[in-house]
Order: sequence, then structure tokens, then C-alpha cells
Amino acid sequence: MSTLTRSLPLLAALLALVLFPLFGSSFYVGLVTRIIIIAIFAMSLDLLIGYTGLVSFGHAAFFGIGGYALAIAFQDASVIHLWQALPLSLFAAALAALVVGWVSIRTSGIYFIMITLALSQMFFYYFFESPRYGGDDGIFLFLKPVLMVGSEDILNLDHENNFYYFALSCLVLGYLFLVMILQAPFGKVIKAIKVNEHRVRALGYSTNGYKLVSFVIAGTLAGLAGFLEGAHTGYINPAYMSWHESGVCIAIVILGGVGTLYGPIVGAFIIVLLQNFLPEFTEHWQLLLGGIVIAVVLFLPRGATSLLPRIRSLIRMEKSISLSQEEKAKGDADG
Amino acid sequence: MADAILQIDRVSKSFGGLIATNNITIEFERGQIHAIIGPNGAGKTTLINLLSGDLLPNDGTILFNGRDITHLPPHKISQLGIGRSYQKTNIFAEFTCFENCWVAAQSRINTSMRFFRPASNLKAVEKRTEKALELCGLSLRRDSRASAMSYGEQRQLEIGMMLATEPELLLLDEPLAGMGSEESLQVIELLRRLAEDHTLILIEHDMDAVFSIADQLTVMVNGRILETGTVGQIRSSQAVQEAYLGVDEETA
Repeated sequence: MSTLTRSLPLLAALLALVLFPLFGSSFYVGLVTRIIIIAIFAMSLDLLIGYTGLVSFGHAAFFGIGGYALAIAFQDASVIHLWQALPLSLFAAALAALVVGWVSIRTSGIYFIMITLALSQMFFYYFFESPRYGGDDGIFLFLKPVLMVGSEDILNLDHENNFYYFALSCLVLGYLFLVMILQAPFGKVIKAIKVNEHRVRALGYSTNGYKLVSFVIAGTLAGLAGFLEGAHTGYINPAYMSWHESGVCIAIVILGGVGTLYGPIVGAFIIVLLQNFLPEFTEHWQLLLGGIVIAVVLFLPRGATSLLPRIRSLIRMEKSISLSQEEKAKGDADG
Repeated sequence: MADAILQIDRVSKSFGGLIATNNITIEFERGQIHAIIGPNGAGKTTLINLLSGDLLPNDGTILFNGRDITHLPPHKISQLGIGRSYQKTNIFAEFTCFENCWVAAQSRINTSMRFFRPASNLKAVEKRTEKALELCGLSLRRDSRASAMSYGEQRQLEIGMMLATEPELLLLDEPLAGMGSEESLQVIELLRRLAEDHTLILIEHDMDAVFSIADQLTVMVNGRILETGTVGQIRSSQAVQEAYLGVDEETA
């Protein structure tokens, strides 16, 4: 598949997102803003799960820290300067990711999952039990960040559409950034680490350093999403960093398609929309949601986004997919 | 010995109560093919793992070009110029041949902590990758997925990846294992060519191959060195006949 045919659906989706506020009501613009924020969060986790082979079960901690950094520093401010607040959130999330990553990348497999889970729960309980940060009630923010030059507003996130486009820009820039580093020498190394870390080490790479950098980049991007969420809702509480949120994030990545970057964006749309509209049909909507996730994993093991190429190849009457699956099965058996 | 590239001095490694290599001392001369033979369980692969840093010895020292590498991790040893291939094929199964060798070749740039330019811009790495593919005889398979290739080709790729790191000393753990006779001949030919400007340490069960290409032989039995010498010396050694070659013929 050429680069063009592959990016065509992406460009079409981007165009639809750019035009959306012209048609959608402010409720829906707000909803899609939330989806975009979750998409950034899930995309950052895909860097770890899909490209570095690190299944982090504590990714929500960095999302929460991005939000808390904003809320704690600016809860009493008379104006929230974007150029101060955003770097602060990113820095706080990066620092937390550095510490958590430094401890956890020494382990692998189930131990890595457990350590990231445990460390993120420590953050959760710290905020849950800190009255000065609102405890389990969280912190309210009554202002939105603004970007000012002199006394002139350049960008005021108080307007829903402004916020929407700001979040969308973050998503697009985040996506392009990840695509860039994955094509760079760094990306070649982490993708190889995912497949066979032992061999990468034998080839002369200090793999821990690469895993740690990947972890910090992912954590920083999650912090960006948390910053946006805190600014968007004007409210941050410990539940944002609970293991439950980390789990939902993993589900979004898997549902959309691991190791694709755009898959988690699609996954975010699917999950958030289902969370919003399923409850209208039945009070057992969680059951239904679970069923949908299971169905996708069973029938589209490479995620919802593998549906399109699959239909394409069916139309062309190609057998390439079944062949590649046989290859994979054979590869798994050999390995 | 005039010019030793690698000196192993009284190296021991045990796993719990099992002594895998016991007080091993060998000097490997620069530019030679030095084969290590011995029955299964003799400790040959353990010895290679000690040299590549995959295992740490309990005792003894290992000097590479006069430098102590006994306790260095695998990536540092690789960077010093010791490459190794594995007995059990150890490649990136989902990658193409080219990508497999690329990762290996890219390890020789100063740092791969580069984020902003596509890796494909690195022409020196590309050249090294192509050269490694050519040496191991996989140029025509460059875009094939490693997992889809035959076992013999995967073994060739295993060697190709090692070559892409441009090592000075090659540690080859049974490079001919599981290969057909024609593939074996190709690989033996490749090893001969490599020996012109590399030092090779070779573990191999194929005796015909070993006797035809090795300059020096070390025979290991039960974690100990039985004898070291030239092909002629080993062939005529009474101890080796009894301990290894004789047994091999009986069971075969």
C-alpha cells in the first residue's frame, strides 16, 4: 500500500474534524473535544504498548498529573497564562514518568505491568488523601488558559470552538511528532526492542535508555492530554489517575489497533461515543460495551482500524491477509 | 603466543550445583579460526555466553585486546567489536531482512537517540546494511519477512546481522546447525572469506566442516578443556579419541 492510499483516510478524517464545529452544536463540539483529548492520551500509550513493547498499566497517573499541575498551580490565579501552564504540566508529567520509568523499565512482562500499576496507585492515593489538594473532591478551576501578548488575547480557550481547535492541533502535532520519532533512528531501535530486546542488547544498544526515553515521551504526551482535560472541564480529581482509567486506555488502544497511532484515535471515538450513547438504550450498557470490546478483539484482532484494509483486500480478492496470518502463526510457532 | 586478541584466564561458571565451565584458560590468536568442539553439555555455549556478556562468570578474567571485559554488559562488549551469532535463531521475525540488518548496522553510529530526521537518511548505515546482506548471501531476499524465510536463510540472516555491526572478533555458535548440505557449503565458504580479515571463534558439531576450516581446535568435555591444538594434533590425540571422537562414532 502506498503512503498516499494509506494517508488518504487520515486526511479525510482530519478534514471532517476541522469542519465539524461549523455543523455540530456546542454540546457535540464539547463531546468531540473530550474524544480528541482521550485520543491523545491513548495515542501516547500506543507508543509504549504498540511500539516499545511496554504494557504500562499506570498510564493514567501522568494524565492526572498533567491535570493536577495545572489545577494546583493556578487554582487561585486571576489569569492562567497558557505559556506558563502548559509547560508546567508537561514538565510535571515528564518528571513523574522519568521516576516511574526509571524504576519500572528494569522489569518486564507481568512485573512491569504490576510495578506501573502500583506506582500509579501511589499517585492516586496521594492525591486522594491530600486535603489541601481537595482530597477525593478534587480541585475546581474557574478560568480557562489564555495566550496573551501584552494585554491582547491571541487565543482564549474560554470559547468552545477555540478549545476544540486547540485540542485538535495538539492531536495532529502529537501524531506527527510520534510519526517523526518512529521513523528516526530512535524509532528503529524501540520497534526492535519490542520484537526482541535481548538481540537489540547483543547488537550493542543500551536498551534501558531507549525504553526510558520512550516512557518519558509517552508520559509527557499523556500529561498534555491531562492538561487539556483539566482545562476543558475546569475540574480535576483523583479518579482521573485511578487504575480503572489506565485500563480503559489500554482497551481503547487494543480496540482501535495496537501499533498504528491512528488506531487509538479511532478507539477513543468508539469508546467515548459508546459510553455516551449506550446508557440511553439500556441500564446494562456496561455489559454491552464489554461485549463489543470482546467482539472486536475476537473478530478483528488487529483492532477496529484493520477493518478498512481488510475490506479493501477482500474487494481485490487478494489472499494476502490470510497468508500473512499464516506467516505470523508460523512465525509464532518458530519463535 | 605473539598476538592474542582474546585471553580467557581461569574462567568458571556454575548454575547452582552444576559447573558449566570449570577453570577454563584459552588464548585466541588474532586472524585465526579457532573452533571449540565437544559433546553436548560440555559447556561450549556457556563459554560463548560468558565472552559475549550474556552471562557473568563466577570467577576468572576475560581480556579482549588487553582490556578487561569480564564484567561488561552485552551491549558494551558488542560496541568494543565482538559480534556473536546464536545457536537458536535470534532475529527480528516480523522485520524484513533489510530491517533486521539495518538495526544491527545502525548500532555503530554514535548514538541512535536521534529523533528528528528519518533513519533512512543515514547513508553510511544503508551501505553497511547492504554489504552485510551481500556477505551473508541474502541481497535478493532483502524485502522478505524474516519469519517467512526458510530455516537456512534465517541462519544466514543471523550471521548477516552480526556482520552488520562490523565486529573484529566473531563468536559463532553452531552456524551450520540445521542447514542443508548446500547451504552449509555456502556458509563454510563465507566463514573462510570472513577469516581473511576477522578472528573467528566457532562452535560446531559438523566435524568435517570444523576440520576443513579451523586453524586451532579446543576440545571441551564436562566443562573442562581436554586439549587445545592444531587439527593434526587433535586428530591424533589419544585422549580426544577416547573422550569424544570415539564416543561420537559409536553413537552415530
